[in-house]
Amino acid sequence: MAFKRSDPTRETGGAMPIPVKIVVAGGYAVGKTTFVGSISEIEPLTTEASLTSHSAGVDIAGAASKTTTTVAMDFGRIGLGDDLILYLFGTPGQDRFHFMWDDLVRGAIGAVVLVDTSRLEDCFAAVDYFESAGLPFVVAVNAFFGRIHHSLEDVREALAIPAGVPMMVTDARDRASTKATLLELAQHALANANAPS
Amino acid sequence: MTDGTLEARLRVRPYALTGGRVRSSIELPLETIVRVTSRGEASTSELASERQQICRICTDLSSIAEVSAHLKLPLGVVRVLVGDMVTEGFLEANATVMTADQDPRPDLRLLERVLDGLQAL
Repeated sequence: MAFKRSDPTRETGGAMPIPVKIVVAGGYAVGKTTFVGSISEIEPLTTEASLTSHSAGVDIAGAASKTTTTVAMDFGRIGLGDDLILYLFGTPGQDRFHFMWDDLVRGAIGAVVLVDTSRLEDCFAAVDYFESAGLPFVVAVNAFFGRIHHSLEDVREALAIPAGVPMMVTDARDRASTKATLLELAQHALANANAPS
Repeated sequence: MTDGTLEARLRVRPYALTGGRVRSSIELPLETIVRVTSRGEASTSELASERQQICRICTDLSSIAEVSAHLKLPLGVVRVLVGDMVTEGFLEANATVMTADQDPRPDLRLLERVLDGLQAL
C-alpha cells in the first residue's frame, strides 16, 4: 500500500501528522458550530454524509430516484504540535442521525455533548449512544448570554448522567472556555484509559 | 445545503463518479490525512477532473472530510475516489492506527500527547 517517494528531498514530504478527533454532539442551534469555530484554525467547513454510503454491499446503480438521508456536519481543525491534527466534528444529537455515529466515534478521543437547558431532550439520544458505545464524554451546558436555566446537578439528574461523567458550564463563543472543555474531555479520556474497564 | 445546484449534484451525480460503488477499497476514516504523492503531482494533468481537483486540494495536507467539504461531494463518494487514488499511488494516506478486532480508542501515549497539545494552545 505504501508508495515509495521518488523525491525524498521535496519539502512537503516526510512523516505525515496523525489525525485525532473529538465529536461535538447536540441539538439544533445549540452552538456546535460556534463551539468548533471558536478554537478551529480554519473557518468551520461542512461535509455531508448520506445513508446510502453506509449501505454495505448494496448496489445503488439505477436507484438514482431513491431518497437518501443526508446529514450535514460542520467541522474544524487544530494543529497540536508538529505531528498531531485534532479534528472537531459537530453532529446533530437526535436519534435519526444514528446511522453515522458508529463511523464518527470509531477511534475518537471522546465526545462533548453540548446542552441547551431549555431543550434538554435534544441530547438524550447522544448521551445514550456514547454511554452504550463506551466512548468517554463530558456534558457542557452552553450558557447563552452567560445564563443557564437550571443548575448542573439538575441537568445531571434530568439527563441521568452517571456520576463519573464530568459536567461543566461553557460559553461556545469563547476560545478559552472551549479549550477548557476540550481539556476536561482529554483528561477524562485519559483517566478512563488508565482505569481497568 | 440550500444550494439547488449542490442539491442536484448530491441526488444524481456523485455515485456516477464511483461507477455506482459505495465502498472504498481501503478503510478511510473521515479524519484520514491525505497528501498527493510525487507520482500524483506528475500525473495530475492526465487525470479525470474530480481526481485533478483532489490532487490539488491534497497538495496541502487535507483530511477526507476536508476534501469532501471543498469538492461539495458526500463523504462516501470521496472515500471511494480517494481509496482508488491511494491504491494507484497518486495519494498517500495516514490515519490513527487501529486494528479491527481491538478497542478502536486511541492509546494512552496518544491521549497524553493530545492533552499536552491542548494545554499548549
